[in-house]
Amino acid sequence: MTSTGREYSREMTRREMLRRFLALGLALPGGTALLAACAGGQQPTPTTAAPTQPPAGQASPTAPTTGQAEDKLEIFSWWTNPGEADGLKALFDLFSQRRPGVEIINATVAGGAGTNAKAVLVTRMQGGNPPDSFQVHAGQELIGTWVVAGKMEPINDLFEQEGWNKVMPKTLLDQISHEGKFYSVPVNIHRSNMLWYNKRVFEANNLQPPKTVDEFYQVAEKLKSAGVTPLSVGGKDKFEVPHLFESVLLAVFGPEDYPKLFGDPGMWESDARIQEAIDMLDQFLSYANEDRAALSWADAAQRVIDGSAAMTIMGDWAYGYFINKGAQPGQVFGWVPAPGTDGSFLWLSDSFGLPIGAPHRNNAIEWLKVCGSREGQDAFNPKKGSIPARTDADKSKYDEYLRYSIERFAQDKLAPSVVHGAAANEAYMTEYNNALNVFSASRDKDQLKGMLIDAAKELK
Amino acid sequence: MTGKVIEEARPRPGVATRPMTARSRYRLVERLIPILMITPSIIAIAVFVYGFIGWTTVVSVSRWQGIVPDLSFAGFRNYAALLTSYRFQSDIRNTIVFTVFFLIGSLSIGLLLAVLLDSKVRGESFFRTVYLFPMALSFVVTGTVWQWLFTPGAPGQPTGLNLLFEQIGLPVFQTWSTVSHVWPGGGWKPEWLRVPFGVPLAMIPVIIAAIWQMSGFTMAMYLAGLRAIPDELREAARVDGASEWQVFRWITFPLLQPVTLSAVIVLGHISLKIFDLIMTQTGGGPGFATDVPGIFMYETTFKSNKYAEGAAVAIVMLLMVSVLIVPYLIWRLRTETER
Repeated sequence: MTSTGREYSREMTRREMLRRFLALGLALPGGTALLAACAGGQQPTPTTAAPTQPPAGQASPTAPTTGQAEDKLEIFSWWTNPGEADGLKALFDLFSQRRPGVEIINATVAGGAGTNAKAVLVTRMQGGNPPDSFQVHAGQELIGTWVVAGKMEPINDLFEQEGWNKVMPKTLLDQISHEGKFYSVPVNIHRSNMLWYNKRVFEANNLQPPKTVDEFYQVAEKLKSAGVTPLSVGGKDKFEVPHLFESVLLAVFGPEDYPKLFGDPGMWESDARIQEAIDMLDQFLSYANEDRAALSWADAAQRVIDGSAAMTIMGDWAYGYFINKGAQPGQVFGWVPAPGTDGSFLWLSDSFGLPIGAPHRNNAIEWLKVCGSREGQDAFNPKKGSIPARTDADKSKYDEYLRYSIERFAQDKLAPSVVHGAAANEAYMTEYNNALNVFSASRDKDQLKGMLIDAAKELK
Repeated sequence: MTGKVIEEARPRPGVATRPMTARSRYRLVERLIPILMITPSIIAIAVFVYGFIGWTTVVSVSRWQGIVPDLSFAGFRNYAALLTSYRFQSDIRNTIVFTVFFLIGSLSIGLLLAVLLDSKVRGESFFRTVYLFPMALSFVVTGTVWQWLFTPGAPGQPTGLNLLFEQIGLPVFQTWSTVSHVWPGGGWKPEWLRVPFGVPLAMIPVIIAAIWQMSGFTMAMYLAGLRAIPDELREAARVDGASEWQVFRWITFPLLQPVTLSAVIVLGHISLKIFDLIMTQTGGGPGFATDVPGIFMYETTFKSNKYAEGAAVAIVMLLMVSVLIVPYLIWRLRTETER
């Protein structure tokens, strides 16, 4: 500071200083209001930009290319782990064969099971800078977030032209469409309601893997008296107990009524079976490890192949984990559907869609064709450890569990997973997860019921 | 003032403008330069700090609860929804508990270490570095390591600290980080309060980790404060026959008051805005027993896309920190102007 500055502040009395301070305080809200007004004025920009893009209904996505050179394709996803990144690369290779010379920009955002990527995506879409296509869970996560906001182009023409509506199961098509329109191409299918068990522990105790809920209780009692944790449950990533509960809901409600829970919010209050499901979850947790808040789903799965726990209920990405850990399927571990859900397939699916205003729209459409093609799905899924959404897969490319799963997918009744974005919007998912994570620690059944009823208000 | 105005208003025949003397031009420049120097930072702060605070306030009273902005005025319903929600009530309780125990722990351990180091021990600089070093780590590292330490394992197969307890033969098996129990819990509480009031046990490992990291920093502050106290004062007290404890209690401790205040401000604003430590150590679990507004704000805004509600959380956080900072700023302003 200059000498004058010091002089200046010495001259200033305390009263004067405070007055200036107050004046600043008064001036600020005015300034910020002005600023807010400016920002408010700028808000409509993304929406006014939208009509300059081809209106969703008119331009068919499969319209012949206008001949303008598109030399890039930007694909946004959170596939960064080994396996899934390899699968993505296989899809890129297929695309490059069809469109040589197009530079593919692999825009991945790692971490948080997609949470980080979704946050980045929202920023980009709001800023009017969408990628050409992005990974999104098929079903309500796409519809509730992006479709109702008017940010996606319907791609019914592609489904017809490519024949996808004939090779994908009808229930799946119903569950991923919105008002009769398709907005994304499912690339893969994972199954949520699976029970994984340690074969050696079961043989040592002379047990059969449980099929019904009652069998599960009997098996669990015997394992408990044998000193093995019957059910290994995680909780650190905050989706594990909610995941367990969706299998319980499916067991109680069955594949016909379970999807209704997410269309008719009143059921959470009026249907007596909710209480039944809560009691069942409570009993399941009474057979589970107490330290679940400190374990991820993978830590919980590790205990099963280590033999300190006997079973875990987790999606079929657990299979990939077991294989990576060197456990032999059929020798070290086995699988059955979660208790009481045999014949139902609780699905979740990664898909790609066409955002309005995609900068390289023609390439994006070609990309969607690759994603939906038989060769694309058969290239991607064996690497990712999931099954194709198409029912005409080349089974020889898949290993033992995936072949089993392909078979079940074709025959079982399909129901959408809520924890993994197929059945409900993200705001509901968060509230549902919160309720179950609180319950996992508190075991307060009335509180859980209250929180689930509150959460249902997010279902619109 | 009035005299000057009249003087300036008086017509000056023959002279259009008063010729500027070299001295008055110098004075003008002298006054202008500091203003010009600070103008860019004032503008930047007005826009990027206060402007965005204003913008967040606007969002927090809007209906923007999805990815499409909707700035229509919703009144204070977002705040009302927050204050009645289980998670936010839990967050407020946790923040108070964390702040109180973190401050008490860091200040007392920091002061103790500083006094020990000030007693002219050999290798003082070595110990000073050792105690100060945890501060160099990121909260993310601290959170991850302490999470491993407090993961209890199963009875019979302990891990982390429990393994240590078993090895040294202590019959202790802590499961703090995996239970949502609140101590003492129960008892009477008002109708609107949905969470039990008390200390969540799962908070204890987090508080320990935070104290471990920041008490060295507090020590450094106290040590500087101790060194600033003239030896003569203490000597004089000793000559008057005061015991060492009396010297500390009646001479040293009162003179450390300004340091304590600064430490409370620095540590307090860390604890009220804590995010990274808790995110990595517990993720807010089990069952929101360690959740804090920062995590809630992040998840509401960027996972559920509920912008209005997230903005409301951000404003409540700002108010909480303001309660701590504003009195301090006013106090500083007063002492500076009085000086």
